[in-house]
Amino acid sequence: MNPELQGRVFAPTAPYLVGREKVREFARAVFATSPLNLDPAAAVAAGYADVVAPPTFAVVIQEATLAQLLAEPDAGIDFTRVVHGDQRFSYTRPIVAGDELTATLTVASVKSLGGHSMVTAESSIVDANGDHVVTAISTLVVRGDE
Amino acid sequence: MSDRISPSAISVGDVVAERDFSLSRDTLVRYAGASGDFNPIHYRDDVAQSVGLPGVLAHGMLTMGLAVQPVIDWLGTDGWVSDYQVRFTRPVPVDAADGASLTVVAKVGVLDDAGARIDLTVTFDGATVLGKAQVRVTLAAA
Repeated sequence: MNPELQGRVFAPTAPYLVGREKVREFARAVFATSPLNLDPAAAVAAGYADVVAPPTFAVVIQEATLAQLLAEPDAGIDFTRVVHGDQRFSYTRPIVAGDELTATLTVASVKSLGGHSMVTAESSIVDANGDHVVTAISTLVVRGDE
Repeated sequence: MSDRISPSAISVGDVVAERDFSLSRDTLVRYAGASGDFNPIHYRDDVAQSVGLPGVLAHGMLTMGLAVQPVIDWLGTDGWVSDYQVRFTRPVPVDAADGASLTVVAKVGVLDDAGARIDLTVTFDGATVLGKAQVRVTLAAA
């Protein structure tokens, strides 16, 4: 992998409009049973504008930034060798249906470790006002030749 | 309002939630559609085996996504998940006929003024599949 990727900042992704039914579909797929994720009336009663997305929903928006990284011509990342090492979401506020979100990827670090490479990708996700909502951080391990 | 996560209600080391999950191939297809992750190693044995895997695996992000659910149900409206991290340490193979069973145990790791850190133990087939699985729970603004 190209070590010069470290520190690179990518163009913001196209805005993603969080839909109520998408949140509910995602919630059911991760076995969510909280009314906050599924029932707009319950979410409103708890002070939210609409249904609240489960904590890992941000991966849907982050995914577009990881696609940018894998497609970067000089990155040298063979996606068939990529393994997801770890994942983190750090929120300023929960995502709710109706949010329009944009993600900007920064390559926080590139390391080599015994034939493997590790890249840490930080995607900062902001709302339509430009206010921070969540940062999604993935460490991808790219396996070396066996 | 936030009685559930006050020091009078819980102590470090307490188990606050526990839940078993049964995964099947249907579960994986559903998650693929909901998340947009259509990597075929999550629904095709032949593709999984061609890259040296025993067979179809659960999406790591599905395991991460379901493992936090017992904490969310325990929290109700007393707080929200402001930070969540995991390390993927072991794959979860999902058998075509028998599926896979995961057990999640959520324990109080840290208790402070802002809320709590809940530590998850996620087990498949007698071994943990996530490392450093930590959920930062922040008290709801009253």
